[in-house]
Amino acid sequence: MKTTLKILTTLLIVLLISCGGKEEKKKAGFSYDKKETTETKAAPKAEKTPPSKRVDLSNKGVGPITSLELPAEIDQNMVTHGADVYKKMCTACHRADKKFIGPAPTGILERRSPEWVMNMILNPEQMVKEDPLAKDLLMEFNGAPMANQHLTKEEARAVLEYFRTLK
Amino acid sequence: MKKILKSTFAIVALFAALTSCNNSGKSSNSGALSSNNAEKVYIAPGEHDSHYAFISGGYSGNLTVYGLPSGRMFKEIPVFSQFPTNGYGYSEETKPMLETSFGFVPWDDSHHPDISQTKGKLDGRWVFINGNNTPRIARISLTTFETEEIIEVPNSAGNHSSSFITENTEYVVAGTRFSVPIPQSDMSIKDYKGNFKGALSFISVDPEHGHMDIKFQVLMPGFNYDLSHPGRGKSHGWFFFTTYNTEEANSLLEVNASQNDKDFIAAINWKKIEEYVNNGGGKMMPASYAHNIYNDDTHTATSTLKKEVRVVNPSDVPGAVYLIPTPKSPHGCDVDPSGEYIVGNGKLSANLTVHSFTKMLDAIKNEKFAGEAYGIPILNFEDVLAGSVEQPGLGPLHTEFDGKGNAYTTFFISSEVVKWKLGTWEVIDRKPTYYSVGHLTIPGGNSAEPFGKYMFAMNKITKDRYLPTGPEMEHSAQLYDISGDKMELLLDFPTHGEPHYAAAIPAEIIKNNSRKIFKLSENQHPHKALSDADTKVVRDGKNVHVYMTMIRSHFSPDNIEGIKVGDNVFFHITNLEQDFDVPHGFAMIGARNAELLIAPGQTKTLTWKPERVGVWPFYCTDFCSALHQEMQGYVRVSPASSNIELAWSLGE
Repeated sequence: MKTTLKILTTLLIVLLISCGGKEEKKKAGFSYDKKETTETKAAPKAEKTPPSKRVDLSNKGVGPITSLELPAEIDQNMVTHGADVYKKMCTACHRADKKFIGPAPTGILERRSPEWVMNMILNPEQMVKEDPLAKDLLMEFNGAPMANQHLTKEEARAVLEYFRTLK
Repeated sequence: MKKILKSTFAIVALFAALTSCNNSGKSSNSGALSSNNAEKVYIAPGEHDSHYAFISGGYSGNLTVYGLPSGRMFKEIPVFSQFPTNGYGYSEETKPMLETSFGFVPWDDSHHPDISQTKGKLDGRWVFINGNNTPRIARISLTTFETEEIIEVPNSAGNHSSSFITENTEYVVAGTRFSVPIPQSDMSIKDYKGNFKGALSFISVDPEHGHMDIKFQVLMPGFNYDLSHPGRGKSHGWFFFTTYNTEEANSLLEVNASQNDKDFIAAINWKKIEEYVNNGGGKMMPASYAHNIYNDDTHTATSTLKKEVRVVNPSDVPGAVYLIPTPKSPHGCDVDPSGEYIVGNGKLSANLTVHSFTKMLDAIKNEKFAGEAYGIPILNFEDVLAGSVEQPGLGPLHTEFDGKGNAYTTFFISSEVVKWKLGTWEVIDRKPTYYSVGHLTIPGGNSAEPFGKYMFAMNKITKDRYLPTGPEMEHSAQLYDISGDKMELLLDFPTHGEPHYAAAIPAEIIKNNSRKIFKLSENQHPHKALSDADTKVVRDGKNVHVYMTMIRSHFSPDNIEGIKVGDNVFFHITNLEQDFDVPHGFAMIGARNAELLIAPGQTKTLTWKPERVGVWPFYCTDFCSALHQEMQGYVRVSPASSNIELAWSLGE
């Protein structure tokens, strides 16, 4: 028992020293673990685009919205309403331009179809079960589920219009 | 090796069992009849029961919700007792619900639930229940399944002949079991006789919101008012109360209150008294009683102390109150669906006495009185008697009706339910109960239209019915099928606390009204935080208000600094979820109260007084998502003298 402890301690010290060589701050953390994962697992993945960055404009998702044509002109009244709904119902998990609990909506329509966005808002439970992209997103975001906030279709549409202004 | 042997043996045994099954077809132990009964109470996984039963929790102070015919318990609704499971009576919002004129009373003894009615039929809007010990009546919403209102009943003591409602829910009625000096005074107990009074309270119910208000109290002679029921149909407008201790004994009632051959059923013409009161009759007397109302929009209860109550002396309203002699300390006072028959369950009597409402009116009209008590006319027993069920059992307590002309009476001493026929008074069937039955319930059994498919008996003694659990056990109930001529015992199930009475109703009347969430857009809580932008921490002297939100799976903020020893920290937490069945919990290390369980869209407040310097965690108690274990936060507590500024954050 004593020898095992000794070996472990020595190992730990060696590790600490090898880490500490680079930067003092890192001493407190467990950068050793992080290094291991990036070296062995992240390497092959690095070439892949994460689901949140994947562009898939033909996928309409699963849910009540099967077809949605966006007019060229952005409806400003709808944007104001959508911004308000977004602030009340979505900001607990989403920030406009940075990854938070969930992905950032800025530029979303360059990556997703309007139908997909609406279905993700209106029908998240089925989406994360049946839509391949939504499934991947759930994994990318640590299994944090998209909450169904029971927006009406009209509210979800307004949020979508607001997203059109986020660039 | 041993393992291999064992599994080989198991396979052989299984095979043998299967083949033997094939040969014999049916298991020989359970007959065809009992397997048929099993089917009658079997609710397949995922399917719903056909009836709700609201069973009183007795000395738990609460109300439990069961399904019939399965006997499964779905919920315990906190009513008169603090409930750490969800923070009722601990959260700042719900503490006012338990305020009384005696101060904060965190417990009671709940007895008789009764569902609201319209035109004599169960309408499924509310269920009322009485607190027996510190007299109170509660109204529970059957959309939120939460206690919405509690009113204290002054001048009352042992609020037992309660809480029964009239056929349009005009009144919920609360009678006192113990008579007391009114107003209370410092006098010798020996001066009880002639000086103590019994208050029967008629509490009006607002038809739209259900809000309760004591319209008047009838100050009756100093008897014990045991149980009561409303007239209905032809007798609508009357209310009937059983009495015992008409001897007016003040000690050793076991003996001294069992002397008279007959006690009374008090018949109260409340419509007449209502008219008298509406014309200015009665007098306001000083009183002190709490009226507590919970609001679904503010998610907050308020308590108001009321200062006077209207009392009526029965002898001032001629023709409003009569006494009907009824043998031997009657307990239950039950009125049949037509309103004609009033059953007095004389608990020490060999026979069951049934009075006739029509005969009572005739006797009153003919002014045929046998005497008077404190100015109240006493009718002749024989003039009012409709009939007797001869020697049906020992110790009758309560009677319910199936709407097909039959009555079912419980017998405590002989542990049985007896079915008999109204009008002919013949006994049709009897079935044992296990053991010593108190109340029984038929869905709608206390209304003009009972749903006579099931009946269940609630027993006082359990003994060997279940696996033993030490000296204290839950009580047992038995469910019977009463659709045929003979009652059939279907199921035995345990109940929580002491279920005195229960009210049951077909599920379709209420299940579609059951609320799923509270809308954030309707939240009017003064300390709500409806989005991340609203979260903040505000210091007001020693009081620190934390405006916090929760959603799967984080609190915002989840790091708080600048709290000091000696502060009063109020966590005002709003659940931002808008989806069905996503409550979140909140628990703070060392908090000397309870947790909070917060429904979607709701705001609740927990108070915490940090006493030690350090960094202290809080977390969500209700497993809410795959990241539930990550739903946590820290509060840094600094010394009282510290000048660390308040700071709060999430994800920084």
